[in-house]
Amino acid sequence: MDKSFQNKPTLNRRQLLRSAMSSTGIALATPLAQASSLDPTKQQGESASSLGARSPEIEINRKPAFGVVSLTPLEQLHGTITPADLHFERHHAGIPALNGEHHELVLHGLVERQLSFSVADLQRFPAVTRSCFIECSGNYFPQAGDRSPPHMICGMTSQSEWTGVSLATLLREAGVKPSASWLLAEGSDAAIMARSIPLAKALDDALIVYAQNGEPLRPAQGYPIRLLLPGWEGNTNVKWLRRLEVLDAPTMNRQETSKYTEPMLDGTIRQFSFEIEARSIITSPAYPYTIAPGWREIRGIAWSGRGKIKGVEVSTDGGKSWQNASLQGPILSKSHTRFGLPWHWDGQPTTLLSRAIDETGYTQPTLAEIYKTRGPGSGPYHFNPITGWDIHKDGEIRFSPTG
Amino acid sequence: MKAFSLLVPALVTLILGVSVFAADEPARWLIGQPVGAQQLQKIDIDVLPDGRGLPEGQGAVTEGRVIYDTQCAACHGADGIGGSYGSLAGGGPVDPAAMAEDRSYQRTIGNYWPYATSLFDYIRRAMPYNKPGSLSSDELYAVTGYLLFLNGLISADSIMSASTLPDVAMPARDYFTTAGSTP
Repeated sequence: MDKSFQNKPTLNRRQLLRSAMSSTGIALATPLAQASSLDPTKQQGESASSLGARSPEIEINRKPAFGVVSLTPLEQLHGTITPADLHFERHHAGIPALNGEHHELVLHGLVERQLSFSVADLQRFPAVTRSCFIECSGNYFPQAGDRSPPHMICGMTSQSEWTGVSLATLLREAGVKPSASWLLAEGSDAAIMARSIPLAKALDDALIVYAQNGEPLRPAQGYPIRLLLPGWEGNTNVKWLRRLEVLDAPTMNRQETSKYTEPMLDGTIRQFSFEIEARSIITSPAYPYTIAPGWREIRGIAWSGRGKIKGVEVSTDGGKSWQNASLQGPILSKSHTRFGLPWHWDGQPTTLLSRAIDETGYTQPTLAEIYKTRGPGSGPYHFNPITGWDIHKDGEIRFSPTG
Repeated sequence: MKAFSLLVPALVTLILGVSVFAADEPARWLIGQPVGAQQLQKIDIDVLPDGRGLPEGQGAVTEGRVIYDTQCAACHGADGIGGSYGSLAGGGPVDPAAMAEDRSYQRTIGNYWPYATSLFDYIRRAMPYNKPGSLSSDELYAVTGYLLFLNGLISADSIMSASTLPDVAMPARDYFTTAGSTP
């Protein structure tokens, strides 16, 4: 048989389809399925390329919401690292287009030396790499009721490996004055969004980050540099960072007074609620998928802004009894942690729940427990209730905000 | 021996502690440029509650009404009420417990903002939405004053400036507490 005639038409069509797909961003599964229904062992495949792509069969993207947010599709992901292009977004005035080469970070205020750093300057300091989640504190919007998938329940959380310079190193370089106790971090977006940060956190594990999952920070996550405060509410991790001012008091700006504060049932308004509390969610089985009776693993992610996850308990009987799930190691501090529990579904209706416990002993609360100190109006911040999935007799799954 | 075993964790803490750096790191890296005063002046825009950072200038409530009606009302509603981004004025009294029960209890400047300076700071940074940073210092004082007036916090003949703005009493201030550990 003449092998050369088999190769040419198939490759041309595949190349055409691939370039069409990359320009439209749509996965055209059917034509290539037809193409690949021809035996792939009988013809040369795709050649090497400069930028990898997902399989055209894979449709995975984040979900835009409210115009200023896009949600990570937690129900479609495996492992713990969130691919950089699926990291959730939350902006206050859109993504600014910044020039990394000309960008400067100004460090001034109560310091011995007021300094300005280029990104190249920052990369001359020792690089620190660590993985951790970022989560918006307003991360509970099951707006589709019982048809809310995991991305609606808590899709504003993502896990990355971050690389940058320790803020403590920069503060040491500038020389912090004894009267200093706070730091204002300010970004270059159209809201010039800023937050006041206690100096203790700045000197602890704060990083000025320039890389995300091995490559330069994405614009949606703050290119060319952002502040990273592991475990602290997303808003404090200021993106498109342009200025750090060392101060002797918080500025009490809008983002830490009018916003990101919680009215409490005891008549106070809670401010500077920096830490993201422990939380978990079952990502499989979950709406909108259906299951059949038999064995499977219940799996999900758990995390805490206060440190490591110590354990995750799962209930397969609507909360009557709980079992310890296995945790996928290595268990990292302030990081999404995978948990799993083998489960045999007997085809009867039930509810699956998970609850996280962190190394400080804090246990993820039920909504009723949250409602003892904060009411339904206290939101949208720091709502981390135990949530679950109702499994119907026909294998359909519905969100269950119980616990 | 016991003293030594106590000393080791202390030494580890010291070595990993913030104020001590690794042995091969220089005391000063000499990386970065000194910041120019002009460069700083352009971006050092934050305002503290005691008034530090407020620029020169002043604005009357009456002037602020004109700015508000032309540049703000479209999004924030006539008289600061009923706009698509929530009401800025016309809220009930400070009542965090009622707010905690019911999200529809509007959080306005008058019943939720603890400092008037924050208003100046925010408008200067981010407003108007389609032209942020376009208002002059005088205009900022004026429109900030008008919003405070709409909330019943200053009189219609008030002039806001670096000396008067920090002194505006804000009803919500004493209700703010720093977070502890609650569920």
